[in-house]
Amino acid sequence: MSLNRFRERKKKKADQYFDYSLLFIVLFLLGFGMIMIYSTSSYEASKDYGDAAYYLKKQAVSTTLGIAAMIVTANIPYHFWEKFAVPGYIISAVLICLVLTPIGVKVKGARRWLDFGIGFRLQPAEIAKLCMILFLASLVCKMGKGIRTGKGFATVLLVPLPISLMIWKITDNMSSAIIVFGIAALMLFVSSPDYKKFILLGLAGSGAIAALIYIIVHMASSENLGFRGERILAWLDPEAYASGKGFQTLQALYAIGSGDIFGKGLGQSMQKLGFIPEAQNDMIFSIICEELGLFGAIAIILLFLLLIWRFMIVANNAPDLFGALLVVGVMGHIAIQVILNIAVVTNTIPNTGISLPFISYGGSSVMFLLIEIGLVLSVSHSIRLKEV
Amino acid sequence: MEKNKTFHRKKILVSFLFFFLCFLGLGVRLSVLMIGHSEYYGQKAKELHERERSIKAARGRILDRKGVVLADNKTVCTISVIHSQIEEKEKIIEILSKELGLDADFVRKRVEKVSAIERIQSNVEKSVGDRIREYDLAGVKVDEDFKRYYPYGELASKVLGFTGGDNQGIIGLEVTYDSVLEGEAGTILTVTDARGIEVDSAGEDRIEPVDGKDLVISMDMNIQKYATQLAYQAMETKQADSVSIIVMNPQNGEILAMVNVPEFDLNAPFDYDGEDAVGMTQKQKQDALNRMWRNGCINDTYEPGSTFKTVTAAAGLEAGVVHTSDSFHCPGYIIVEDRKIRCHKVGGHGSEDFIQGTMNSCNPVFVTVGMRLGSDQYYEYFKKFGLLNKTGIDLPGEAATIMHQKENIGMVELATISFGQSFQITPIQLMTTVSSFVNGGRRVTPHFAIRATEQSGRTVKEFSYPVQEGIVSGETSETMKMLLEQVVENGGGKNAVVEGYRIGGKTATSQTLPRGSGKYISSFLGFAPADDPQIMAVAIINNPQGTYYGGQIAAPVIRQLFENILPYLDIRGMEEDSEQHSGGQT
Repeated sequence: MSLNRFRERKKKKADQYFDYSLLFIVLFLLGFGMIMIYSTSSYEASKDYGDAAYYLKKQAVSTTLGIAAMIVTANIPYHFWEKFAVPGYIISAVLICLVLTPIGVKVKGARRWLDFGIGFRLQPAEIAKLCMILFLASLVCKMGKGIRTGKGFATVLLVPLPISLMIWKITDNMSSAIIVFGIAALMLFVSSPDYKKFILLGLAGSGAIAALIYIIVHMASSENLGFRGERILAWLDPEAYASGKGFQTLQALYAIGSGDIFGKGLGQSMQKLGFIPEAQNDMIFSIICEELGLFGAIAIILLFLLLIWRFMIVANNAPDLFGALLVVGVMGHIAIQVILNIAVVTNTIPNTGISLPFISYGGSSVMFLLIEIGLVLSVSHSIRLKEV
Repeated sequence: MEKNKTFHRKKILVSFLFFFLCFLGLGVRLSVLMIGHSEYYGQKAKELHERERSIKAARGRILDRKGVVLADNKTVCTISVIHSQIEEKEKIIEILSKELGLDADFVRKRVEKVSAIERIQSNVEKSVGDRIREYDLAGVKVDEDFKRYYPYGELASKVLGFTGGDNQGIIGLEVTYDSVLEGEAGTILTVTDARGIEVDSAGEDRIEPVDGKDLVISMDMNIQKYATQLAYQAMETKQADSVSIIVMNPQNGEILAMVNVPEFDLNAPFDYDGEDAVGMTQKQKQDALNRMWRNGCINDTYEPGSTFKTVTAAAGLEAGVVHTSDSFHCPGYIIVEDRKIRCHKVGGHGSEDFIQGTMNSCNPVFVTVGMRLGSDQYYEYFKKFGLLNKTGIDLPGEAATIMHQKENIGMVELATISFGQSFQITPIQLMTTVSSFVNGGRRVTPHFAIRATEQSGRTVKEFSYPVQEGIVSGETSETMKMLLEQVVENGGGKNAVVEGYRIGGKTATSQTLPRGSGKYISSFLGFAPADDPQIMAVAIINNPQGTYYGGQIAAPVIRQLFENILPYLDIRGMEEDSEQHSGGQT
């Protein structure tokens, strides 16, 4: 009896798949992120709060909560979430609007956070990303072949727009808006068999961006450009805007440049000593470059690439389209965010505030990212090995 | 529920490849930044992190020819406060105001000012600085520094010059040899965070300063000192405006003394205490200081008067238009065109040869020689003797000769030039020119600097100066020495006779412009030994009261000088001379 049961269980286990490599990559990135947060923030933290581990401790709490949430999510079959697709969409819209109410919190001039008085702040944009993945996956599955029609195509493209615009305009967070829209575009790309439309869209988008940059650069006066226009000018020549919009970028470049091939060694960064303001946030990658050199930076990029590769494997083997699309959404979210972050830090694109997933300091970001990883693990969990 | 189709897998792969390409691009971008631009950004970052503090180099000293220190450095302290490091504000204010003798409110204002570093006082005595350092107050910085110090105060003030706050020469040799003396400042590079707080673990980079080189000059402190005494004495007894004395070796141009009294205190060069000092504007005060700092021997020109007759004599002898045996007649005046030019002896010198004419400093004789030369030839000699050029002395601000244009020299001008009027030269110019007449025809460059050495005494650089040969022939030079010895032995310069020495010289008394002001310049130029001059000295007395004849008031100054410095310099006297002769005979 008992032997039989054991065999059954063993058989069941063998049939089931769980992506441990993905889990370990994520755990490694989290651990590495904590080390880097301590390294970058300890000097400033001990000056400002008298506690070198101030930021590290806060991040450790959010990470622990995030891992707990990840374990829970990973153990819930992902189809459970399908019924929350529409409410999720509505909830994210509501939460974004709540930023305008008294519970919205303004930090450094940007009203992006919600404070429910439960000990930590929440960024509705982070929830919106997760909800958008869920909503689009469910929508595409419901549409079935309808996605191949022009109407279906347009629907999937237009549904995320309101949320995207709200994030941009209400919380003044263009980067999150771009990410939400990017996730949607990627999910649409995967679910539609078409290529031509995407190539055309891509070309049109690039053309529009190029035209915009051309106009800004050739504008007679830079005074009426607003801060985004000036950011573009600072991007093209950071040294000319060294004390203004180009400051952060230039400081990041100094950090990256002084890293050389093997870096100054962990903890040896000079730029973190107040030269790069809040280096533990969006600019943490520049400190990684300074301390660990090109070698360390490439290693981190490879880790992210590995992570995305694991996402692809899970997505391609997902038992159904819904699962695959969930994973594609998460893959899009993380890939776009990593690419944009490193591109900003290296001044490849104009400066916009995007954090580096799992590594940058930030509570809501790491928590929702870990929930997304939980979703992916849940999908991986339902892969039947026979089918692989 | 729709199935996961093949095209989905393909699209997911395409997406992955797209992301892969993006990552690859970023990797390339990073490599470019971190390898290609590493040096550039790394350097920029370093500059950003490092605070530079400069360490002054010790300025080289100025030594006289025997090694006596004429300009030295003294350690002084600069007291500053660093606002961000201050802990006990009240205590700092109290101690600093007490130790530095400053008003507490003044100190408070500086201490409370939010700035990176605020200087409280500089040039603080080292002992006071040491005391403040001993309090060990957080945020108070005591930096040691060098200050120029002149042990002899007034001595040769206008020659040595002084330095300004940045250790740079302002006048005199301190300016000319600034590059030798100044050295190279060093730097302390400390690494700081963005707030400017030093990062302890980073340590500091030090670039040591290179000390300036010592300058050995030809001046002899004892001679300078004695000449200064004589000059003050003459100035006081004659109630003169100023007195200048130059002592030079006519053979090589080394200047042993250059005195311009009144001198000023080199340790307080900006203190002006003239009678008109009260209520001066800034500009007036600066002008007064500039006048006080002027070196009359080289910055000012004057009409040389009779000493310039040496030039007329040398030119006449060179051109062969006059010989020592030529006879002249002086009725007390000479008519040039329609002008009657008087001799200083109203009754005239009567009949005289050229030697007697020189001894008498007879104007008609020299006017006649000038006429024989003609204006063109005279001008050519003027030029050949180097009188149109500067001497090239190694002091700043040498004044140029003020001379007629060649085409404007008529007979009357020629006549006045012949006895040293109607044009202006500097005393050093006169000395250099006469030197060439008595040293065998070599125009030397008057100078002070001999060599630059390290503190240890090792010579780093020997200074050399141009010498122009063939100014006059050896024969003319011999004649000139004989003529000028006669002036002292039997003529107007007999007040310069020094017992036991053969002295040559020439007196001069010139009226300053405008004529009729009753102001005179009395001067005497002497050299010894007359047959082989090793030392030449000139004394110029500006606006003496009472007797103003150079032979009577300037010649005795040179006599006293020679009486002391000839034995001091071991210059051959007449006895030794005759002993040597007799020794040779037996």
